[in-house]
Amino acid sequence: MTSPASQFTTDAGRVAPDLRHRGIIQAAMGKYETVRDQRKKWFQDWEGARNLAARTKFEAVNHLDRYLEEFVSKLEARGTKVHWASTSAQAREIIFSILREKDAKVVVKSKAMTSEEIHLNAAMAEAGYEVVESDLGEFIVQLREEAPYHLVFPAMHLTRGDIKETFEDKLHITSSDNPEDLTMVARRVLREKYLQADVGITGANFAVAETGMISITENEGNARLTAALPKTMITLVGIEKVLPRITDLALFLPMLAVMGTGQALTCYNTMYGGPRQADEADGPEEFHVVLLDNHRTSLLADAEQRDALGCIRCGACLNVCPIFKNIGGHTYSTTYGGPIGSVITPHLRGLTQWKHLSDASSLCGACTETCPVKIDLHHHLLQNRRNGAKLKPSLFQKTAFKLFAPVANVRVLWSLTTQLSRIGMKVRGLVNGSIIDPAHAWTKTRELPPIAPQSFREWWKERQ
Amino acid sequence: MYPKVGISLVTIFEKLGHQVVIADAPACCGQPAFNSGYWDEARLVAVKVLEHLKDAEVIVIPSGSCGAMLKVFYQELFTGTEHEAAAAELASKVHEFSSFLVNQLGVTDLGAEFPHTVTFHDGCHGLRELGNKLPPRQLLANVRGLELVEMDAAETCCGFGGTFSAKFPAISTAMAEVKCASALDTKTEYIVSCDSSCLMQIQGLASRQGQPLKTIHLAEILARA
Repeated sequence: MTSPASQFTTDAGRVAPDLRHRGIIQAAMGKYETVRDQRKKWFQDWEGARNLAARTKFEAVNHLDRYLEEFVSKLEARGTKVHWASTSAQAREIIFSILREKDAKVVVKSKAMTSEEIHLNAAMAEAGYEVVESDLGEFIVQLREEAPYHLVFPAMHLTRGDIKETFEDKLHITSSDNPEDLTMVARRVLREKYLQADVGITGANFAVAETGMISITENEGNARLTAALPKTMITLVGIEKVLPRITDLALFLPMLAVMGTGQALTCYNTMYGGPRQADEADGPEEFHVVLLDNHRTSLLADAEQRDALGCIRCGACLNVCPIFKNIGGHTYSTTYGGPIGSVITPHLRGLTQWKHLSDASSLCGACTETCPVKIDLHHHLLQNRRNGAKLKPSLFQKTAFKLFAPVANVRVLWSLTTQLSRIGMKVRGLVNGSIIDPAHAWTKTRELPPIAPQSFREWWKERQ
Repeated sequence: MYPKVGISLVTIFEKLGHQVVIADAPACCGQPAFNSGYWDEARLVAVKVLEHLKDAEVIVIPSGSCGAMLKVFYQELFTGTEHEAAAAELASKVHEFSSFLVNQLGVTDLGAEFPHTVTFHDGCHGLRELGNKLPPRQLLANVRGLELVEMDAAETCCGFGGTFSAKFPAISTAMAEVKCASALDTKTEYIVSCDSSCLMQIQGLASRQGQPLKTIHLAEILARA
């Protein structure tokens, strides 16, 4: 089996030079930065808002035990059934037991990265359930049997022409490639599914401890229909999503919208507090909340990196990341792509297998600069590198850096190396850029500068 | 590979009346090992740097990247070791060259002349670790005959990233292409930066692809009387 690291290198090598892919992502991101920056100005003090958001999330994460208890007791008081899942397998089993109890056949879902994380769709399909994603982007990638490309924009890598073709191939429905027409196709298919569905599964953007409510923010109204029409609603939420107070949403909902999509607020912001109460006209008869750990507590135990649990999954770090923009979302082969994914995946799925994502960064820091909750993303990549080198050192690198130290430290050795390099570079020049060039990794696509005939030190010595 | 940068620095500081001492410190700050995760190996070089620079009054580095290593990352590297205090003291004396001129010496005009159109590339370490956005631009603004045209992707990484450029050449090259495309849009003659490593990456790609772009370090421009 190919290791995740070599798969990554292969995929990155294919996608990075792909100019069509680059063009699509650049076009998709083109207006985002401008609009995002305009909306940021609507905040009285954006930096102040970031500080407050970072503090609030850190408070929630540091007192997770207390806030989760409060959240659960408030939910249960209104008749919600709360389940705790330590692992992906447990979460799937909990959901399956609910589906069996309800004798469900059709399940409709609104966007939930947690469900991607536990590979729920594949498991449900294998068990014979009909599962339909209702978020437009998710609906499209589900038809194509692809993973979401981006945390917020699952179908960002597709043009309208691609989507038109997908609908023709998979749904056998012909439409123009006009976005309104394409949306109407999805809408007609999905309306049927909402009515047929026995169970609706959602994710959550925030879990408010104070009131025991799930907060979902969306643009299509699909989460509302997923929650309102089927008789049973299941919400799968990571334990780190908890916020202490309902007033915290006044900050986090606009912040998430601004950073996620450049909107002041998303179109629909809904709170779910329990199943239909005696005096209520609608809502699900049963409401289940599944709280997912799946190694979040090991990230919590890491004092250096626990701020990464503050992530609100806005995707802003992906949007500014030059690596993400060039290799695309699928190359990561993880649930969470981009900088935040490179930071947390080693914690969720193992450092040895997933350290290469931390290596695949120029450490430019654009992610950290943009993160609304101030996660120290690029420095966490450095820490993952350090931890990875400790856990499983590369003999080659360790030896090379060990040998380098005396050369750098002792002047005579450095001068000698410089002299030898001058000769070496001349010989190397004969095979410049070819596969036998020792500097091939560089020279395949780039020129190397010549080694100057006189180094600075030589000049300085001569001048003295 | 870039002796002209050091020579230019000597020229500039002597012109300003300062005495320049070239430390007999190691030829490298240890960043390649540090960034690769080999902190023990990085310390083999870094302790020597601390030792050799401990008596200096001020240390000026013509690179945002090496500057950030000494000013920011040494403190992390030596946390909890016997060298912690020395690393903190060094950090307080280290300055990236353009910020030293502007923020410490209050110099923004060196009387230089460079009759060309240029665009400026912000090196990531200088920009985001050291917050060095304005000083290079203030210095360029006073160069006679020079016209600065900002590119859209001024703050976007060029894709160098040290060993990253050799470990992931395809990604690194794609990033350089994005950078060069943005620079070409400005139709300027030169890309200026405070980091030779970024310029090596940018020039390396531009030369291979036959793009009409020339690169030059800020110090080389400022040294031109």
